[in-house]
Amino acid sequence: MAASDKTGAVMVVGGGISGLQSALDLADSGFKVYLVEKQPSIGGAMAQLDKTFPTNDCAMCIMAPKLVATGRHHNIELITNADIVKVDGQEGNFTVTGKQRALRVDASKCTGCGSCAQKCPIETTDEYNENTKVRKAIFVKYPQAVPLVYSIDQDKCIGCGICAEECKADAVDYDQKEKDFEIKVGSIIVSPGFDEFDPRLKAEYGYGVYQNVVSSIELERILSATGPHFGTVLRPSDGDIPEKIAFIQCVGSRDEKVGNEYCSGVCCMYSIKEAIIAKEHGGNIKPKIFFMDMRTFGKEFEEYYNRAKDEYGIEFVRSRVASVFEDPETKNLIVSYVEKGEPKEEEFGLVVLAVGLRPPEDAEALSKVMNFSLNDDGFCETGAFTPVSTSRPGVFVSGAFSSPKDIPMTVAEASGAAAKAASEISSARNTLVTKKEYPAETDVSEQEPRIGVFVCHCGINIGGVVNVPSVAEYAKSLPNVVYTEENLYTCSQDTQEKIKQMVKEHNLNRVVVASCTPRTHEPLFQNTIKEAGLNPYLFEMANIRDQCSWIHMHEPTAATKKSKDLVRMAVAKSRLLESLENLTIDVNQQALVVGGGAVGMVTALELAKQGVKVHLVEKEKELGGNLLKLHYLQSGDDPMEYVQSLAKEVTSDPNITTYIGKTIKDIDGYVGNFKTTLESGEEIEHGTVTLAVGGQEYKPDGEYLYGKNPGVMTLLEFKAKLKRGEAKGDSYVFIQCVGSREDGHPNCSRVCCAGTMTAAIKIKEKDPDAKVFVLYRDIRTYGFREKYYKEAAEKGVTFIRFDDDAKPVVEDKGGKIEVRVTDEDTDKEVVLTPDNLVLATGTRPSDGSEELAPMLKVPIMKEGFFLEAHMKLRPVDFATEGVYVAGLAHGPKFLDECIGQGLATVSRAMTVLSKTTLEAEGIVASLDETFCDGCGLCVPTCEYKALEIVPNEKEEGKKLVDVNVGLCKGCGACIGACPSGALTQKGFSDEQIVAMIDAALEETADKQEVKQ
Amino acid sequence: MSSATPNAQSQEKAEGDDFEPKIIVFCCNWCSYAGADLAGVSRLQMPPHFRVIRVMCSARVDPEFVLRAFQKGVDGVLVAGCHPADCHYIGGNYRTRRRIALLRMLIQQFGFDPDRLRLEWISAGEGEKFQKTMVSFTKTIEEIGPSPMGGGD
Repeated sequence: MAASDKTGAVMVVGGGISGLQSALDLADSGFKVYLVEKQPSIGGAMAQLDKTFPTNDCAMCIMAPKLVATGRHHNIELITNADIVKVDGQEGNFTVTGKQRALRVDASKCTGCGSCAQKCPIETTDEYNENTKVRKAIFVKYPQAVPLVYSIDQDKCIGCGICAEECKADAVDYDQKEKDFEIKVGSIIVSPGFDEFDPRLKAEYGYGVYQNVVSSIELERILSATGPHFGTVLRPSDGDIPEKIAFIQCVGSRDEKVGNEYCSGVCCMYSIKEAIIAKEHGGNIKPKIFFMDMRTFGKEFEEYYNRAKDEYGIEFVRSRVASVFEDPETKNLIVSYVEKGEPKEEEFGLVVLAVGLRPPEDAEALSKVMNFSLNDDGFCETGAFTPVSTSRPGVFVSGAFSSPKDIPMTVAEASGAAAKAASEISSARNTLVTKKEYPAETDVSEQEPRIGVFVCHCGINIGGVVNVPSVAEYAKSLPNVVYTEENLYTCSQDTQEKIKQMVKEHNLNRVVVASCTPRTHEPLFQNTIKEAGLNPYLFEMANIRDQCSWIHMHEPTAATKKSKDLVRMAVAKSRLLESLENLTIDVNQQALVVGGGAVGMVTALELAKQGVKVHLVEKEKELGGNLLKLHYLQSGDDPMEYVQSLAKEVTSDPNITTYIGKTIKDIDGYVGNFKTTLESGEEIEHGTVTLAVGGQEYKPDGEYLYGKNPGVMTLLEFKAKLKRGEAKGDSYVFIQCVGSREDGHPNCSRVCCAGTMTAAIKIKEKDPDAKVFVLYRDIRTYGFREKYYKEAAEKGVTFIRFDDDAKPVVEDKGGKIEVRVTDEDTDKEVVLTPDNLVLATGTRPSDGSEELAPMLKVPIMKEGFFLEAHMKLRPVDFATEGVYVAGLAHGPKFLDECIGQGLATVSRAMTVLSKTTLEAEGIVASLDETFCDGCGLCVPTCEYKALEIVPNEKEEGKKLVDVNVGLCKGCGACIGACPSGALTQKGFSDEQIVAMIDAALEETADKQEVKQ
Repeated sequence: MSSATPNAQSQEKAEGDDFEPKIIVFCCNWCSYAGADLAGVSRLQMPPHFRVIRVMCSARVDPEFVLRAFQKGVDGVLVAGCHPADCHYIGGNYRTRRRIALLRMLIQQFGFDPDRLRLEWISAGEGEKFQKTMVSFTKTIEEIGPSPMGGGD
């Protein structure tokens, strides 16, 4: 590779879910990453959440694998407890100076065992649990924290020395000093997240005065199984379960008085989620949500809202709460509000304030240090076409720092920012990453097992309960065990050296460690034996701490016996372990992008910038997609100019081949090795596929006189007329939610409210006397778009809310349009006779999605949009690897969000396309062909479409199953379905698991003695 | 906390004469095994008679494993997986649910109380649910008594 003048490293500032995603994408595509976090552990706000909407997934369950992957990644360096002080240089070559505050614990020695905190005499409030719980002065932020290193809270520590004495690893270092660092990187991504609005500023709700008024994030911790009451909803004043809970929305959002005019975008959904979970935790709890507009605008959100109402019986009241007062006797709270003009009061046991999102406290400092601009609301400024770029070239942004947003949008942006960061320094890819070299592996297949067992004391964590010497002694008596040893900490650096030495000295060909959990420590030990020349799969663990000494602390005899059993089981499996090879798959480093709209073009251009050959297929006669029909953008930018410049760039880029006016006949293959055939006969070979097939505006079938009266048109049709100056008359009525939020199309189309505001404002700008009415159900101008709603209202647009069950009635009165609607606020019927009736119709998937889905084995939802691999954390991926989705094909959304997703697919695709080969999972299904008769029972059990019935080449007329290791994820679901025992899972074979079962149920030696 | 841990003394006494059930717990790697670990991190106490076998997905629990355990004299088998919709492998746990329902019918035909086989959804955040499950399952098995195949210890 030619020497690059750029630096092949990226700094990511902020280690929440956004920073994790950016870091993992970059490190997986050939860049060195420095992840700087101001707290001692990464994880950010998501780590505090109990569940996530709209799937109610456990937040920690889905996040922990990413935390661990980040902590372990060979090319990600974590710099925690640190701040950025100075950024010099320019894009491609920055020098970042920072300070790492002292943890007062040596991170290289701390094993995270927690003995220090058990003994620390100082208790203080626990920020992770929003002060609903206490922690010690020496602490780790949360149990699954990465890195799992304790630190001393300098403000609380009294320096008594107990922790230092308690720490057998000698990690406590009271004299540790602050450290300066200076790092050279090519690009920077800022993702510092957000702060919550301080509800004390809304004094009328009594937060901080009344004990039973809590913030939504406090309730999140109360609901959590790891929270103060293990998930039971108990109110702070007396620990009673509150019968009625009030949720007050928009606390610190949509509120000029507190200076936050924007909508925080996530609170409606998180309050519904918290209400559902509270109800699930205590069946008699009755939640009631007080809101102004219900903004459930995301994918599947409206259905979630409907379920909350219909299935969970959660009550919703459309009203802004005026005040909250406490009954001093009962500590109950009296909520005063106005509903339909009538003042009301109601008593609740607990009041939850749905606090909005603020820019992080250090936003201004960060913007000064890094030299980029903030917007009027104090968030990072971005552009309509550049959603992840700051005003400083080479510095990118993602997550809630650029605007309040939910996790899926954050994760997509994080990948998008990673793509932009990588493009700038693409020439320096693979220059700073290191690949570890290991000695040649010993072939152990013909050797009798020689097992070494290392039993850990874990300071006193195991040794204080379990009789470790007797466990080690017992291990010696087991067949094939030729060496045993006890360690104070088996995970410490010196023990790793010891293990390697013992492997050599005793010719060990299997290693068993009895200590903590393989979830966190298996890779460490696997790496150690790899360094000693053993295949990493010749390793097994017995979990005698987390699942033994810690849960049977008062039963030393039973815990010791259990430890022996667990060691015996591990040894039994170990005897049958085999070396496994991580198979490699060749990668064709070209990309296919389906769809030549804005998203498809942005995706193709960005891939091309990273040196990838791109094939862009568009079925229409020209590039541009929906943007050709979009005449206005709220930001004031010209969409036509943008789309034309994109098309010009695409057609002149030497790395992009376009196939205009062509459709796809078939796609075959798997990650790294796809083959696409066009109807016109051309064949394309490529390694990844991005689906950017767009969507389309819904055209009603006669509803509201559409197609019957020329004055009735859709929003896009109207905007075209307005642009051309063809709109007639001076009176306009907009009807919202046409073809959205109703039977058959239950979800919200997200963009129509703001689109209506843009049109209404344009009308008023041209003719301030025009009569403009908007008939709506909820106005959903989330985020900064709220200002367009406000502007429209200020310009004199009249908003009339109609009830969900009382749609407006439109009639043709001799060619004139008559609209009758009942105003929900006044219950009075309003009759309007507009010259123009504009229908804000929903977004539908584009034609042809249904044919593409089966070719790629990817799922489609009932509404016709593609269904991603995981709604929260894999928003642009499919379960089928190497296939990605962006833009309207995924669901309705705004242009900037579409672009963000398009960029995200680039980053995801580059984790494949930047390599010449991919390593498949080691633990995969494998087939013994002699037993397979091709019955196919296994095929439907595979969620990853890795199994396929093919003709048996060895036997004419017979069939068998083909396992595609490129697609197999190693779950093992197919093996249980195989009736002939032909399928097995490497690393978890039937024999190995049966050996563990048998060993668990074996009569042990000491037991036999007792019986005799 | 509703810990039903016998204290050390009663444990020592129980050893040798009283019924000590043998229980095998299959935990999926991503949710339930992590939940069991969290129970440990949170120091939640529970009866010590179970042994965990880790599998990548609860759907890996071959019916053969369960039958083998009963054949070898296990007193109870618990299979723990991710909650519906939480499965790391998308839908493995739904298959587990069907398999366990069938297996319960099958072991009954072999003369085992079907309650000796239980399926539970335990997430990575539910250390306490793991503890409660182990307490209640151990109690159930103690009530049913030793396996007809000669269980107990």
